[in-house]
Amino acid sequence: MASTTSIDTPPPPRAPQAEPPSASTSTGRAGDKIFSGLSKGSGILLLVIMASIAGFLAYRAAIAISKDEGNFLTTFDWNPSASPPVFGIAVLLFGTVVSSIIAMVIAVPIAVGIALFISHYAPRRLAAPVAYVVDLLAAVPSIIYGIWGALVLVPYLDGLNSWLDQYFAWTYIFDQTQPGVARNMLTVGILLAIMILPIVTSVSREVFLQVPRMNEEAALALGATRWEVIRLSVLPFGRSGVISASMLGLGRALGETMAVATVLSPNYLISLHLLDPGGGTFAQNIAAKFDEADEFGRDALIASGLVLFVLTLLVNGAARLIIARRKEYSGANA
Amino acid sequence: MSHAAVQDTPTPVPPPGGPGSLSQRSLPRWAPAGFALLGILVGVGIGTAAGLDSKVQWGLIAVIAFVVISYVVTSTVENQRQARDRLATSVVWVCFVLAVIPLFSLLWTTISRGIEVLDGYFLSHSMAGVPSAEVGGGVYHALIGTLEQVGIATVISAPIGLLTAVYLVEYGKGALARAVTFFVDVMTGIPSIVAGLFILSIMLMTEIKPSGLMGALALAILMIPVVVRSTEEMLKLVPNELREASLALGVPKWRTILKVVLPTAIGGITTGVMLAIARIAGETAPIILLVFGSQLINPNPFQGAQSSLPFYIFEQYKAGEVASIDRAWAAALVLIAFVMILNLVARGIARWKAPKTGR
Repeated sequence: MASTTSIDTPPPPRAPQAEPPSASTSTGRAGDKIFSGLSKGSGILLLVIMASIAGFLAYRAAIAISKDEGNFLTTFDWNPSASPPVFGIAVLLFGTVVSSIIAMVIAVPIAVGIALFISHYAPRRLAAPVAYVVDLLAAVPSIIYGIWGALVLVPYLDGLNSWLDQYFAWTYIFDQTQPGVARNMLTVGILLAIMILPIVTSVSREVFLQVPRMNEEAALALGATRWEVIRLSVLPFGRSGVISASMLGLGRALGETMAVATVLSPNYLISLHLLDPGGGTFAQNIAAKFDEADEFGRDALIASGLVLFVLTLLVNGAARLIIARRKEYSGANA
Repeated sequence: MSHAAVQDTPTPVPPPGGPGSLSQRSLPRWAPAGFALLGILVGVGIGTAAGLDSKVQWGLIAVIAFVVISYVVTSTVENQRQARDRLATSVVWVCFVLAVIPLFSLLWTTISRGIEVLDGYFLSHSMAGVPSAEVGGGVYHALIGTLEQVGIATVISAPIGLLTAVYLVEYGKGALARAVTFFVDVMTGIPSIVAGLFILSIMLMTEIKPSGLMGALALAILMIPVVVRSTEEMLKLVPNELREASLALGVPKWRTILKVVLPTAIGGITTGVMLAIARIAGETAPIILLVFGSQLINPNPFQGAQSSLPFYIFEQYKAGEVASIDRAWAAALVLIAFVMILNLVARGIARWKAPKTGR
């Protein structure tokens, strides 16, 4: 529906453009009205799209949830096609949150390290290529991460798994109770960490580069080493930026579909044993269950998608609010 | 603690001497290289002595040895603060290496596995009548699907994105502009599968069958915010003097924007659009939900199921046969080449047509 209006949009401003040489003021005003109307209209269209995403998802979700015989929030199983349909998001919510948290725990410190490397440590000739390489990581499609994760990373992590199980089983989370390939939450978390590295890195890097030169030079003048400069002036200045960068990364990790769908071997159990195969996430469940779903099953999947939508909306919104509090200054006002 | 340390250093008045005597005893400049060599020696030594097979373990031991040696030596020869500084430096370098390893592993695997199957035949044939366990077939149908879906998505989202950015930079004031800015940011974070579900819910209500167009609509939703964001940044870089000069000559605002502002920023805008294309070209989730996938060549994006490169990769991976996984890698190589070329060209344009920012 958006398409028809938008494809037509560009020509109108050009239509009056053919005649202007005559009376510039009158055509100019008309052109101004049309053009500002169009640009305002597309701005409003964006808001309409956002609203209708929420609206349509909520409407279909309501249809599904009203027929759900189980409790939508606490049921473990996903059987919308059973004769009394029973499905719930407990496992999916748990899996989504756990895998994203693992990803954050791994990715954020490393990303901050890389950002510091680019902004303060790398030799000047190396900094730009490194930033570029990290951006390339962001350009790799998620499905390729997925098959790389499933075919290269999983066999590789088997060793790490048994090692963790051998020496860290006492931590409970690293206790492997079911033997099996490393298609578990920890692997998913590691893969997600690799995938969110670029965004966390690039946002943190921007913030670190904005640290007032004076602060750093003042610290240097007092005889601080490079690490002390970073600890005393760069990190305190960049703290809010790093927080919002991590939340943007969290938003990505929550909604990632293909990488999880290819790597995880899902089941509908909640377990904190990160090394046991199993669990599931919202996006992975939708991709996996879609083929076998009838129309009602699709509504049920839409219901779970709505929860994911709200979750990412909250996380991203919070991140953006934190960023927005730091006023941006640009070359031109307007 | 560090405050005390900061006050400490200047007090011991340096003995008159060479140029380096301002500080206390310090390690020579080649010290890190020496530590690295020692570390590697220790790694290799322990590795062979303990009979560890995995070269990764050797590497880990070497890195740990390097960090420990440099910390201990620096703290005895120089002082604690210098030692901590060196520690931080090595940690930061390790972070960088950690990020590079997966990238190279991924690129290397994709290229080395993909090159086995990739040839002219693979690019010019579809999967029609090829069982997944057998060698043969190709990506032609998927390639067409990707090009058409991405093309439609671009045609939809580029004008909308551009106009919205123009609104935000040139016209936008007040609550509406703030709301649009905020929601563009939030929209950037919408998971691709949610965009797919949105179009799916419309399809369920209007009984529309899956087609390339539906996939393209979902891709457009993902693409618009990226275009808006990058175009906005570029328009902000256009110096105000240019606008004022044009307006002072009596040119109406809309012509100023079309003839002065947009041409000045066109390089950056093109880059932004191409990067956005590169991003959506690899989206799989909406295609699974909306385009349905097909083994046959369907050049019509408005009717009937299509395939696309990312979907093809997923499908071949799921089939799980040796031949199909080979095909998945080859298709992954095609997709990665497509995305990387777009990226390189886009950045090339950005450098070549860098916006002329005043002084």
